[in-house]
Amino acid sequence: MSVEAIQSRRDWLLSERPASRMQARLGRAYVAWRRFSANRLAFLGLLIIIALLVVAALADVLAPYSPTFGDLKGSRLLAPSAAHWFGTDDLGRDILSRVIFGSRWTLYVVILVAIIAAPIGLLVGTVAGYAGGWIDAILMRITDIFLAFPKLILALAFVAALGPGIENAVLAIAITSWPPYARIARAETLTVRNSDYIKAVQLMGASPFRIVLRHIMPLCISSLIIRVTLDMAGIILTAAGLGFLGLGAQPPLPEWGAMIASGRRFVLDQWWVAGAPGFAILIVSLGFNLLGDGLRDALDPRSGDQ
Amino acid sequence: MNAALSIDGLEVVFDRFRALKGVSLEVKSGESFGLVGESGSGKSTLLRAIAGLAPAVSGTIAVNGKRLGTRRDKAFYREVQMVFQDPYGSLHPRQTVDRLLQEPLAIHGFADSEKRIQRALDEVGLGTGFRFRYSHQLSGGQRQRVAIARALILEPSILLLDEPTSALDASVQAEVLNLLEEIRRRRKLTFLMVSHDLAIITHMCERLMVMQDGEAVENLTAAQLVGHRVTKDYTRNLLRASDGFVRTA
Repeated sequence: MSVEAIQSRRDWLLSERPASRMQARLGRAYVAWRRFSANRLAFLGLLIIIALLVVAALADVLAPYSPTFGDLKGSRLLAPSAAHWFGTDDLGRDILSRVIFGSRWTLYVVILVAIIAAPIGLLVGTVAGYAGGWIDAILMRITDIFLAFPKLILALAFVAALGPGIENAVLAIAITSWPPYARIARAETLTVRNSDYIKAVQLMGASPFRIVLRHIMPLCISSLIIRVTLDMAGIILTAAGLGFLGLGAQPPLPEWGAMIASGRRFVLDQWWVAGAPGFAILIVSLGFNLLGDGLRDALDPRSGDQ
Repeated sequence: MNAALSIDGLEVVFDRFRALKGVSLEVKSGESFGLVGESGSGKSTLLRAIAGLAPAVSGTIAVNGKRLGTRRDKAFYREVQMVFQDPYGSLHPRQTVDRLLQEPLAIHGFADSEKRIQRALDEVGLGTGFRFRYSHQLSGGQRQRVAIARALILEPSILLLDEPTSALDASVQAEVLNLLEEIRRRRKLTFLMVSHDLAIITHMCERLMVMQDGEAVENLTAAQLVGHRVTKDYTRNLLRASDGFVRTA
């Protein structure tokens, strides 16, 4: 594309007089993107997350060996080498392959928790904040009850009741992670519910349901996205923690936390068995944190002229 | 002419504070009626109580002869609309002008929204170039025009104006007031307008009510106000204050 073509496209996006709904929306997204990509560290975070997605999608192609079958006779606990970049574990399985396939489980946990917890928190918080009165009191006391439980302990109890397994770990994490989202959404709702633009919508005869869904929720979503992204690292760590305690993913699933747990026994002599998945958790958590910080700068309505 | 809006003994209480102490008022159809008074005199509260945004504890409000209950129905919102004081706070920060104007049409189930939005924007003197802008891309005067377009798009017969120009600078004020006057004449609307600026009220309204501490002080015509033919001391003070600071030396 020529320089002029790029320039004219940019002008189109940044136009002060958009000619269509689409142009206005794209222009807005472009402004947010420019602010986001100006932040180098946030961009690095995004690259890490994209890399994670690519690795998870192409695990079958990228992994040099099977993640679940190893050579028990000839390749137990081999140190990192050209054949096995991250070495092998006690069952002779290639750790690189296991880390690569483990990315799928990490993403699975993170995405599932996010799509369960965030909407619940958003709904509870906005309804409580907008309705006020006894609805608010009841919803927020329920939230307080959930907040009062220690996260990992409640997850432990939940998994103990339902049986170990990655699905139950996800449910347990989701149940314990929505209350902060409800709090954020409620706080945000309280700041806008008495504003004139909400009064104006009330004056048009909009139902409370419509006001919450179409006018209040969009205002809460950006701070929620930021918070969820920042929480992703914690979710990964909790999932890994449950895996480590043997209550999350069960063998032979290549889940990173469970891998660390099984490498614990030889962590002094064969450090790579626990080290490789630990490092993977570190990198991905860092990626989500950097991304979250960048999103906060790009999306936060309090910064700049959003 | 019959009354478009009649209020009798309206009382509004916020947490034991009596913001309105039994105010009665009658606005004829097609009339432009002004409410004046100092800050906190209850004039904005009166508008909000009519719109259903402030809690009325006693008294009655009737629109076109129909008495209102505590809950307003959709038919009410098609009769009565309001323009807020602060154009920076009355437009949703994440919605384009198009979305803002679409919303009332969607709520009331109008089919020809495309045409109506077009017409509403033309009516307030904003071309279609403004249609897909966000409110932060508009000036104060443009925002207030959008707010007026939004209020008019449901074709109400009564417009409540809560100091519609006090947040704008003088030249833009005149533009917006002229626009309102022109629309009123064209659509034969009834205005109930709040302002602390007596000049605006005398320019826009035929009759007015002076308020103090949540009570009506007196009812006047614009001519009486201009001629300083007032009976109450409070109104006299208000007139003197609005003349501005006079150098005596």
